[in-house]
Amino acid sequence: MNGNGGMEFFIDHSRCIGCRACMQACEECDTHRGVSMIHLETIMRAESVQTAPQVCMHCEDPICAQVCPADAIKKTPEGVVLSSLKPRCIGCSNCVLACPFGVPKYKAEINQMMKCDMCYDRTSIGKRPMCATVCPSGALTFTTRENIERTRQGVAIREWQFAGETVRTKVNVLVPRSVHRIDVSIEQIGRTTTDEYDVANLLKGD
Amino acid sequence: MAKPPVSIPELVAQFGPSLNRIPATGWNAEVEPDRIVQTHCCFCGQQCGIQLKVKDNRVIGFEPWEDFPFNEGRLCPKGVKRYMQDEHPDRLKAPMVRKDGTGFVPVSWNEALEKVASEIRRIQQAYGNDAFALLGGASLTNEKAYLMGKFARVAVKTANIDYNGRLCMVSAGAASKKIFGIDRSANPWSDIPLSQAILVAGANVAECAPITTHYLWQARENGAKLIVMDPRMTPIARNADLYIPVRSGGDIGVFNGMLHIMIQRGWIDREFIAQHTTGWEQVEETVRKYTPEYAARIAGVPASMIVKAAEIWGPASTSFLLHARGIEHHSKGVLNCMAAINLVVATGRIGREGCGYAMITGQGNGQGGREQGQKCDQLPGGRDIENPEHRKYIASVWGVPEESIPHKGLSMVPIFEAIHAGKIKGLLAISCNPMVSLPNNSFIREACEKLEFFAQVDFFLSETARYADVVLAGSLMEEDEGTTTNVEGRVIHHKKAVNPPGDARADWKIICEIAGRLGYAEKFKYESPKEIFDELRVASKGGVSDYYGITWERIDREKGVFWPCPSPEHPGTPRLYEGNKFNHPDGKAHFQAVEWKPAAEETDSEYPIILTTGRVVSHYLSGTQTRRIGALVDQYPQPVCEIHPLLAGKLGISEGDFVKVESRRGGVTVRANVVKTIRPDTVFVPYHWPLDRAANNMTVRAIDPISNIPEYKICAVRVSKVPAPHDAIAELEMQAGGVR
Repeated sequence: MNGNGGMEFFIDHSRCIGCRACMQACEECDTHRGVSMIHLETIMRAESVQTAPQVCMHCEDPICAQVCPADAIKKTPEGVVLSSLKPRCIGCSNCVLACPFGVPKYKAEINQMMKCDMCYDRTSIGKRPMCATVCPSGALTFTTRENIERTRQGVAIREWQFAGETVRTKVNVLVPRSVHRIDVSIEQIGRTTTDEYDVANLLKGD
Repeated sequence: MAKPPVSIPELVAQFGPSLNRIPATGWNAEVEPDRIVQTHCCFCGQQCGIQLKVKDNRVIGFEPWEDFPFNEGRLCPKGVKRYMQDEHPDRLKAPMVRKDGTGFVPVSWNEALEKVASEIRRIQQAYGNDAFALLGGASLTNEKAYLMGKFARVAVKTANIDYNGRLCMVSAGAASKKIFGIDRSANPWSDIPLSQAILVAGANVAECAPITTHYLWQARENGAKLIVMDPRMTPIARNADLYIPVRSGGDIGVFNGMLHIMIQRGWIDREFIAQHTTGWEQVEETVRKYTPEYAARIAGVPASMIVKAAEIWGPASTSFLLHARGIEHHSKGVLNCMAAINLVVATGRIGREGCGYAMITGQGNGQGGREQGQKCDQLPGGRDIENPEHRKYIASVWGVPEESIPHKGLSMVPIFEAIHAGKIKGLLAISCNPMVSLPNNSFIREACEKLEFFAQVDFFLSETARYADVVLAGSLMEEDEGTTTNVEGRVIHHKKAVNPPGDARADWKIICEIAGRLGYAEKFKYESPKEIFDELRVASKGGVSDYYGITWERIDREKGVFWPCPSPEHPGTPRLYEGNKFNHPDGKAHFQAVEWKPAAEETDSEYPIILTTGRVVSHYLSGTQTRRIGALVDQYPQPVCEIHPLLAGKLGISEGDFVKVESRRGGVTVRANVVKTIRPDTVFVPYHWPLDRAANNMTVRAIDPISNIPEYKICAVRVSKVPAPHDAIAELEMQAGGVR
């Protein structure tokens, strides 16, 4: 499971400050210079300043590769799911539709799908991925599991439940210790509103 | 004759700001750099370590520098994209003079420098030495900051030199000096994660000091409780243990209210107070009336929040205070900082691991830039220009008679008031852009237009340089070498990556050339910035900020050295006040009793809304650099007015509407951003843009009586929905001051 000398990728959404250093640095990565592969979602700016970075989760059994009719998406021995192979990709966007995390994007200008490959050019030679190196908040971290367990309160998990389907990923997310698996329910996805971060409410006091 | 020679749109067409979007060698990964230069980011006070890739005298990209201890490779978007300021189409490559109706025309260095020197002489002969003023900046290296101070006192012989750190760090510095006798953060950042209670007062850490976020989150992983005070729910406030949406200018309510409760509940260290402090009785007396209810009325928040803050801060075993412009940019900025620091002193939690406080210095060399003598009241080493011993020592270093050193001059805002009043007739400025960064901008513009002569050293034609008679093409940080002092007091080394392009010159050479033409060549005979640093070391020797033991070689070897460092054998001083030794003659910390007072301009029926201003993550200061980098402009292309839905609803304003935000002094037309993350009595407009998009059109020209910092964080405005503007300025590109 672990390539890169025991180094793994960890996301802690609660730390993200939305600064976009990850996106700016991603497009400086040599294999796809000029194009950022990481997505940063602004959740509901009217309600909150919450943001969430999204890298490829590098599924154990990547659905993007399964649905690819051209066999253009390959997984390395270390478990990194690579971006599409240029000679094979037919630009059909099956992967774009199938990925439960919304990671692959179809680039019309080159008629090819591109996505995060965990900076394979860097990680395969012992460097850390660009985004997880520059991230100023530690929301994205590339380190050992031991180091994470020593320095973080949350627990790193990599199992997701999408309705009836269980997805295991190479990338970890940090969650409270009581959580063992992330259940993604469809109802959560629609637009909701929250008053949790409404400063006017906070000012009313108790 | 200081007016733009042609229209603003014509100047923009020629000099930008335009956007650089593509690296010098294209987005081509095949290009191998010749060299990797380990240096530092040119932007904020964090001064993150970064490696620049250089090929054929061009900066072509970057690589994180993971071995530099402060940031371990971490960078914000500004740091990632800073290399895009190199090889920029707007870059000034030759000196220019203003030609009315034509624009700026390139001239020889000889002609440009002779014009500057002869105008200095002419104005000083006609109106007196102090009629010519100098402005420096806190983005200058220590070497250049030192040079500017010496240039003013030895070559120009004017009392009137000040710098843009006056707009940034001076309230914090003055408060620290009054209480402890030293103007520096008390602790290295490595103390933050060792602390159990953290109070962040008026600091949008996530956007203005992004690297510090990791330190805060690491403290929380270690069990710390985090309190954040801010009128806006900033990204770090979202996950704080206690977020206090304080009314701008109400901070003393929170601080004094907390202290009131801490006294009541016995959460102060009476033994420490008795042994190591003075002035406690007066503080205790002052805060007696700051009951939670009284304090809450000043702070504009529920009393329970102040009680909870005291309950977190009071009994903690270790604690750390971080404060920044949110409490400092006030006409009571020094009072605000002192009230905050009183909370540190009252608990005796200072001078040891995990215990202390820091001011989050905003500008690149915000710390060093305020130590080397470019302030109107200061000589190198943080010395006092009115202290006879200090004057005598610096006179001996410079080899001039003590009486030839001018006395205290005017600070930044009073300099412009004196220009406006016709008392100052000439100005030479470097590393500052008052036409964006000073309050009450229309007044500043009027002042600029009254100057008989104005010269600016700049690498891009800033909004202020448009008003110049002579523009001297200077150098970017990576085109010269020198040191800066980061937010922690760590002196670090900026390496030269490339030569200045074309006919542009290193800033220090320009200043030395002018000094030579004024007849002081022998006092400015430096072969390199290193020689300036070696003189600075001697000049700072024995001063508060003592750099004598710091050499460039030591900085490289030790990855930075913290001042004070009085001898080459001294290890430097990462943490001040160990062993409870404070820097006043009596060795004690001096409490300062603080009473709240209102802002210079509070709201009224005509202007019923509070305006507060600040930064966004992808821009730096007046935007001269970041408004020229495409990726950073895309991230935040134009200023918007953050407004709470309750207030927006009352005014009939919806998300994305054009609104006019106006004070008694001027206004901006920008789009509304309706968000629940701001107090409903307050609107926010970021300040990085010029002209009709300048937040400083509205801000009030009121300054703190002690620090002389302007009151950027509170003034009274009204907000109304307006149609989309279509005038010539509105039609400019957004980075130039247009609006879409």
